[in-house]
Amino acid sequence: MKGRQLILTCLAILWIVPLFYLIIQSFRGEPGAWSPTFFPQQWTLDNYKRLFTETNFPSWYRNTFIIALVSCIITTAFVLAVSYAFSRIKFKARKPMMNIMLILGMFPGFMSMSAVYFLLKILLPNNYQSMASLIIVYSAGAALSYYVAKGFFDTVPNSLDEAARIDGAGRARIFFEIILPLSKSIIIYTILISFIAPWCDFIFVSYIMSGVPDTSKYTVALGMYRWLERESIQQYFTTFCAAAVVVATPITLLFMWLQKYYVEGVTGGAVKG
Amino acid sequence: MKNNMKIKNLIKSNVLTKLSCLFMGIGHIFRGQTVRGIVYLLSEAVFVLYMIAFGGRYLAMFFQNFFTGGNVGFKETYISGEWDPNIGEYTKVPGDNSFHVVLYGILTLFIILFFVITWWRSVKESVTLEQLNIIGRKPRNFRGDVGHYLDAKFHTTLLSLPMIGLFLFTIVPLVTMIMIAFTNYDANHEVPERLFQWVGIQNFADMLSGNSSLGKTFWRVLGWTMVWATLATFTSYFGGMLLAIFINNKGIKFKKAYRTLFVATIAVPQFVSLMILSKMLDTGGGMPGSGGGIITQFIENVFNYHLQFGLDATTTRVWIIIVNMWIGIPYSMLLCSGILMNIPKDLYESARIDGAGPARQFRKITLPYMLFVTGPYLITQFIGNINNFNVIFLLSGGGPGDNIKYTNGAKSTDLLITWLYKLSLGTDRNYKLASVIGILVFVISAVFSLVVYNRSSAVQGEGNFQ
Repeated sequence: MKGRQLILTCLAILWIVPLFYLIIQSFRGEPGAWSPTFFPQQWTLDNYKRLFTETNFPSWYRNTFIIALVSCIITTAFVLAVSYAFSRIKFKARKPMMNIMLILGMFPGFMSMSAVYFLLKILLPNNYQSMASLIIVYSAGAALSYYVAKGFFDTVPNSLDEAARIDGAGRARIFFEIILPLSKSIIIYTILISFIAPWCDFIFVSYIMSGVPDTSKYTVALGMYRWLERESIQQYFTTFCAAAVVVATPITLLFMWLQKYYVEGVTGGAVKG
Repeated sequence: MKNNMKIKNLIKSNVLTKLSCLFMGIGHIFRGQTVRGIVYLLSEAVFVLYMIAFGGRYLAMFFQNFFTGGNVGFKETYISGEWDPNIGEYTKVPGDNSFHVVLYGILTLFIILFFVITWWRSVKESVTLEQLNIIGRKPRNFRGDVGHYLDAKFHTTLLSLPMIGLFLFTIVPLVTMIMIAFTNYDANHEVPERLFQWVGIQNFADMLSGNSSLGKTFWRVLGWTMVWATLATFTSYFGGMLLAIFINNKGIKFKKAYRTLFVATIAVPQFVSLMILSKMLDTGGGMPGSGGGIITQFIENVFNYHLQFGLDATTTRVWIIIVNMWIGIPYSMLLCSGILMNIPKDLYESARIDGAGPARQFRKITLPYMLFVTGPYLITQFIGNINNFNVIFLLSGGGPGDNIKYTNGAKSTDLLITWLYKLSLGTDRNYKLASVIGILVFVISAVFSLVVYNRSSAVQGEGNFQ
């Protein structure tokens, strides 16, 4: 048993080292991309100071936060509406719609980006490389990810609806006053997933923002990626580490705090198949 | 049957109902459903205006050479004879934009489809209204309609906005890009300066042929994509399961602390951990003693070997799989832990009494149970890994390059999805090939899920996992 404990400890160290490295490098005083030593020789807070005073990081952070917040509200509303309709109301077009959406979901999401870009250019002619565009990109297709929430609604007993209908409640009232209050876990799961997505997305934002000279319009993922490109890494590596700590801390805490709901959502869908 | 009845009734109907076939909603307006009738009439007016001013022209351009091959659009941008002193060039006369032709053509086709559906509905309603009128019943008024859409038709209310979003920003763009796969839209036929042409299935033939350099590149990229998806899925899945079992062991102390520690690594946004790992693996100058990331330096100091991450294809691939295990194992550990605790304890009890060791218990109880429960999750993981842009792009960027084995911007660790990305923008842009790849990825995912789905439903048909 001692041996096993030791193996586990070694594994844990192996897993935590990159994150630990990231954190201590954010306090490194020496400039440059490569340090010959694991621990910095000079410790400093300058990287953080620089991050907030000399770079566009604060506006990236603000952009990402606003995008994440708005697209998470839209996504959650869309997902709940679609999954409830598919789970509870047996209308004629239900099966065909679900099949079409299953097929749509198998195309790589990025494939349609060139056309989305043209559409955004038409809809927002002066402002198509903007937060509004990104919010549309992240939330307009939300209906496609209805599976998990539908799986959840399927488990809520139908007798609740029937009882309420006998009492004369319409479907809208049943949805808002009976089903939604029972769905805390799936609502939290949907919010969590859709709030974190824009923080982590690179592919869509890099396409929408391609060729934008004004870097203050970027989100954190894109801006920080640019810092690590060959031309800027020597100058920005330690700043990158500081930014990474500032971005990752709230997201990590949020995820750790709500991980129970996350596991429930993912395995809940899996168990039922 | 029901529709036949409606048609019969329509033939027998009076002038007002017949007139509403031509002017949608007339019947509604004169029979007590004013608001509904006006909405129908207005939508017809908008549709007709749209078709005359806009849709008709684009539809004509769309179908002009659709079946025979040839230009998408009527006229190309050309340079007129007039000198413009302000810009110091001959003025350009703008032509048609082929991409807009495809996009608006698709949009118009959908709008016609929706209009026909709406028209047929309004005619049916009009017939019903006449019948109601004959027997002297009053139709539902506007307030009744609102109530109707909050109760019996609540699904329409719920679905309308999400479906508009899906239609505009997923379906129309997707169908447009599928059509692009049948054109020659690339950097040499860039809109709006040039027109591109319909070319039929030429692009698919080029991509799938085993002889051309493009075809060879495609099969190489596809091969690595499948190897990657298989290895990435199974290493993470079984690694995570073993880790969960390991932590679950009776003798292990501080179970919760260990779990939290591992979960912390997946809670960090993936792009952050991937970018820092890619820099930790950096080769610096590529030579011994030329610096590089902290892992490279560590390996050089201990094993006297300079890591060739991003310089040598095999090394890069191996390290990508390793890094993916670092990301994926805690993830599946998190999911497996809960399920493991649900396995009935008496199964292990009786296995022990029958003299089964830990390995046998794993093979006969744990593994079948886990596979049974998490089977569908495994499929989504596999398909997710085929499309795993972040891990490849942020770690290696697809590199190292190899000009002999790969063309069209692909590199030796590119997946189909990262290649698609490179073909969509930058110097290697080639929209037609990007669309072909997207369609092929769809075919792969669809075939794979279909096969596995049929098999797993067969397994489920047999009853429980034992």
